[in-house]
Amino acid sequence: MSQTTAPAAVPRDLAAPRAATTPSGKPHDFSRKYWVFAVPAAVVIGAVIVFPWLFTVFMSVQDWKVGGGIDYVGMENFRQLMADTRFQEAMWHTLYFTVLGVALPVVLGTAAALVFHREFPFRGFLRTVFVMPMMATPVAVSLVWKMMFHPQLGVLNYLLSLVGIGPSEWVFNPNTVIPTLVLVEVWHWTPLVMLIVLGGLAGLPKEPYESAVIDGANGWHMFRYITLPLLWPFIMIALIIRTIDALKAFDIIFVISEGGPGTASETMNIFLYLQAFQFYKIGYASAVVVIFFGIVVALSLLLLYTRQKSKWNA
Amino acid sequence: MSAIVGSNRLTPRNILAKAGFALSVFVLVSPAVLVFLWMLSLSFKNEVDNTAWPPVFIPSPPTLANYVDVFARNNFLLYLWNSILVTGGAVLIGLLVGVPAGYGIARSKSAKFAILILIARMTPALSYLIPLFMAFQWLGLVGTIPALMITHLVITIPIIVWIMIGYFENIPTELEDAALVDGCSTWQSFRYIAFPLAKPGLVVGGILAFIFSWNNFIFSVVLGGKQTRTLPAAVYNVLTFEQISWGPLAAAALLVTLPVLLLTVMAQRQIVAGLSAGGLKDG
Repeated sequence: MSQTTAPAAVPRDLAAPRAATTPSGKPHDFSRKYWVFAVPAAVVIGAVIVFPWLFTVFMSVQDWKVGGGIDYVGMENFRQLMADTRFQEAMWHTLYFTVLGVALPVVLGTAAALVFHREFPFRGFLRTVFVMPMMATPVAVSLVWKMMFHPQLGVLNYLLSLVGIGPSEWVFNPNTVIPTLVLVEVWHWTPLVMLIVLGGLAGLPKEPYESAVIDGANGWHMFRYITLPLLWPFIMIALIIRTIDALKAFDIIFVISEGGPGTASETMNIFLYLQAFQFYKIGYASAVVVIFFGIVVALSLLLLYTRQKSKWNA
Repeated sequence: MSAIVGSNRLTPRNILAKAGFALSVFVLVSPAVLVFLWMLSLSFKNEVDNTAWPPVFIPSPPTLANYVDVFARNNFLLYLWNSILVTGGAVLIGLLVGVPAGYGIARSKSAKFAILILIARMTPALSYLIPLFMAFQWLGLVGTIPALMITHLVITIPIIVWIMIGYFENIPTELEDAALVDGCSTWQSFRYIAFPLAKPGLVVGGILAFIFSWNNFIFSVVLGGKQTRTLPAAVYNVLTFEQISWGPLAAAALLVTLPVLLLTVMAQRQIVAGLSAGGLKDG
């Protein structure tokens, strides 16, 4: 799989040996000199990224409320979380949101990549338009979506009425709120899947298609037996990244439904935000972050593994 | 793939295939167009038209009253300035420490550091908020611009380092090796050889870091004060609660996201290059 179009597809050959030697014939020990360049970043990362991680773990084993005392309670926060029905519901909401919010963008994004891979008039411009939702400020577009979802005056219910479908309550009904939020998430993040898969398509070899045409394969066969298998690593990467991103979804839920109606769309993220900044249960919220962090680390390592594997296949 | 498209002869089959393809392009692009056009439409209509049923699509006549309202009733320029300070500062510091770091990691092949950066990249921004909030409270920095700027480093540094690693790895090392043999210091070979070659990466990393930092709003909702809010937080806090009318809200939303949309249009090639394989997203 060619990585030439993909400058950001990183740790490439981190393990590959270096062959340069000094004039005296001894091999250069490059690693010793180069880590110095990373020192300033390491200091900053230590302060704003690693310190918060460690501090979060520390807080997660304390009974810690803003304005109150701090008591070491061991695993008590985690035990309470497991028994907290509101947290369990939040986990289910997260799972529901994530499954839909991953499956739909991956399917649509892959289809979009196949479309945008072909030559057609105004392709560059239309691709930019397609990518715009991903770059737009989430709060800003969420506010517009919120207005569009308005049950009485929203434009979406009007558009539905044009095709003979009755009005929906969108985010104002506990049954439709999560699918509605997924709709916004799909709108927002399908372009990212498209870009990742498009990067994969750009690197596909031409030879298999040429021999397939000679062998009389039709379009569907070529897609099914050549394109899809070659694209699979990229689709997997998109799938994992989308999973992490869907788990992280916060802005759109916070702005559009605030976790409501009631707690119908309260995901882990919203739950932890409310625990920390509404109820000021710092220790309890930190325990949620620790669980969250564990999931993210596992998925990141899976991503790295998939990326390495996709290179071995190349 | 061109084999699938087939010849350009106008057989009925070809016309049908072309129409189907055009339809799929239309279906893919129209949701994005619809939302942005609706945003535009809301912002140029008066309140009567905005709450009319059936909805009025084309403002007639278009009014600038909503935009005037946004600037007159809110300290919009202050929030704009805050956003520029916070995002500008975080991107500059990110480039200053991130570019050399990308070089160091790429050349020393430090896989562990690279994985740390990846995990930092993937960790939800929200999870940094509690510990940083506590830390800034002790330091008495909650509600200040420096606190926000420091917090935004959580977004900018991992993107920039991650992208720079990729760019430096793609630069052949022969030139630098030769320079080192000729007595250059590693700093000189970075400064005069690797860095100029990796400048496109700096542009890509800078642009993406800018966009994701600009778009972040939850840091500012929690850490920003009344006078130090960034634009996205201001739109959420002030406009949502003090003005329920749709026109000014849509106008403000459009103004907040306009800089990143313009940047997306102008730098679409760099953005596509940075995202197509890196797979990066905001906090």
